[in-house]
Amino acid sequence: MTSESKSPILVVENLRTVFHTPRGDVRAVDGVSFELRPGETLGLVGESGSGKSVLGRTVMGLISNDARTTVTGKVTLGGVDVHGVKRAVRRKLWGTEVAMVFQDPMTSLNPVKRIGTHLTETLRFHLRCTRKEAEERAVELLTQVGIPEPKRRMRQYPHEMSGGMRQRVVIAMALACDPRLLIADEPTTALDVTVQKQILDLLGNLTTERDMATVLVSHDLGAVAGRTDRVQVMYAGRTVEQGRTSEVFAAPTHPYTDALLASIPQIENAPHSLLRAIEGNPPDMANPPGGCRFAPRCGYADTTCTSDLPLLQPLAGPGRSVACHHPLLAGAAPVGSEHTHGR
Amino acid sequence: MAGSGIAHLRADEKRALTVENLVVEFPVTGGVVHAVSDLSIDVLPGETLGILGESGCGKSSAGRALMQLPAPTSGRVLLGDAELTALKKNDMRRARAKMQMIMQDPVSALNPRRKVKDLVAEGLEVWGFEGKDRAKFVDDLLSSVGLDPAVVRDRRPHELSGGQCQRVCIARSLALDPDVLICDEPVSSLDVSVQAQVLNLLEETRERYDLSMIFIAHDVAVVKNISDRVMVMYLGKTCEVIPSDDMQNKALHPYTRLLLASVPSAADAQARAAGEATAEAPVKDVELPSPLNPPSGCRFRTRCPLATEQCAAEEPVLREMRPGQFVACHNVSA
Repeated sequence: MTSESKSPILVVENLRTVFHTPRGDVRAVDGVSFELRPGETLGLVGESGSGKSVLGRTVMGLISNDARTTVTGKVTLGGVDVHGVKRAVRRKLWGTEVAMVFQDPMTSLNPVKRIGTHLTETLRFHLRCTRKEAEERAVELLTQVGIPEPKRRMRQYPHEMSGGMRQRVVIAMALACDPRLLIADEPTTALDVTVQKQILDLLGNLTTERDMATVLVSHDLGAVAGRTDRVQVMYAGRTVEQGRTSEVFAAPTHPYTDALLASIPQIENAPHSLLRAIEGNPPDMANPPGGCRFAPRCGYADTTCTSDLPLLQPLAGPGRSVACHHPLLAGAAPVGSEHTHGR
Repeated sequence: MAGSGIAHLRADEKRALTVENLVVEFPVTGGVVHAVSDLSIDVLPGETLGILGESGCGKSSAGRALMQLPAPTSGRVLLGDAELTALKKNDMRRARAKMQMIMQDPVSALNPRRKVKDLVAEGLEVWGFEGKDRAKFVDDLLSSVGLDPAVVRDRRPHELSGGQCQRVCIARSLALDPDVLICDEPVSSLDVSVQAQVLNLLEETRERYDLSMIFIAHDVAVVKNISDRVMVMYLGKTCEVIPSDDMQNKALHPYTRLLLASVPSAADAQARAAGEATAEAPVKDVELPSPLNPPSGCRFRTRCPLATEQCAAEEPVLREMRPGQFVACHNVSA
């Protein structure tokens, strides 16, 4: 991959996001680090409550220090310390350096504004261009994201479009000012499968064409498996495993990654075959278990796991590491595998 | 309008559920929404039928019409030998106990102010409980869906997770010993790890209570894993009926193949990276037509790579391609 030689556009160092709630401190993101270079796509996967969306928002600076939130660690985006600068400076980054695509395209669009207004507003604010220039550029953007008849669409309102078309508009808005980093938070979760494929293909092509870095946040491992270069698996606010996507999915070393992959129904499975479910529920983030967060649900856990928090340890393979006291290495027999089997 | 036919209905005399020519239409300003157009289904005792389709294809409307919630516009629904569509209101209430439904969002399906034990016992309260110990019966039901009765009995829905709420819904539906269970997207609001638990539970429950099941979902792999037969729907019509074993490799209808090709997977991405053209003919990138004004002839023709003039003029009828596999398309052959 040629991207390795370029300098990183995004550096996240030991990032922690803590929400102070009446129930106690919720450590939504708890010490996450990664780097991203132009042209690279990183997948953040995990179940709901794993902190993947909060991580995406903290990286962008949408979540920052305030009365109820404490952010520590450092996010460097295009040379700027996102959480160390004033809000006004951070706001300049949005659109030009980093942009975001959210899950639900209906709620990201203003229902009483035309599609054209959504696009030209962004362009005129950030690029200070004239109304006419903005309109031409908007039509161009709509064409790029594959919307037929862009001139007619500019006059329409969001409710006149289907979910897939709306998500394309949201992507066009995100791309309006040529961001160097795109954070897509569950961009296809609200869409149908056939449309999901179109949107993922579109995002993939745009990343390559524009030499942009992309963070794809998703709970759908299938979507992440095919569309990212590197992947980071999150559980309870921490990275449990990271590495090249193909390597992580081919030979998962963390018991959680392994169990998560096994619990997804595959089309190859015979009908009525039982799935290997992960027993129990994700932990309460206001009161996480001591030691490894996954220990209470893990079939390999012993006393070390419940007392000591495992840190990311490098493994063979570029950028590959795992946070586990008993990583599943090739040839290791699964201890207590009956424990992880569905009831 | 002409229907997709009933070629796929089996001649078995013993069926748990039979649906003939089901039509569901909703009048709206400016026309009629054709949610389900002439759908026929048969389910044998102990069998699971999967209904697969994208949003707006009428799969949920069909599920609700089976429960007579509301009653379909036309068509017959038979539960065993009882014709539900012809029953009077009180008889319908009685028959409905034998047919239970599990909804997509388990949290909003439960009354937030009632305790779990009361929620599960609600049906017993209405119909009377014939036995000595109702509390024990409820506890047994809770244990059979994998909940610890001592822990959850006195809780209210907000104190439970989504997966636990779905287990309560399943326990609730089992209380009256139903014959048919209709599951409308029962796992799509759950996390992957919890989804597997609930799917396993449904599978075991079906076996233990000898239920017939209709499983409605949009996820190809989920439907394939739990069903004996899969029915693929598009805009209120049946496209294909296929044994789930054959689903992956032998599907013929262009829409079924589009659904299969859309499932994101690592293999598909590797093929793209290697620059290989996908085997499938490209599907026209147009929007789903409106069910207010569905296309003439075959409803999929506006997006179909194989569409010809015949498809616009003539509506395809289900034909048997292989034993057990029925396809409504003019342009495919086995």
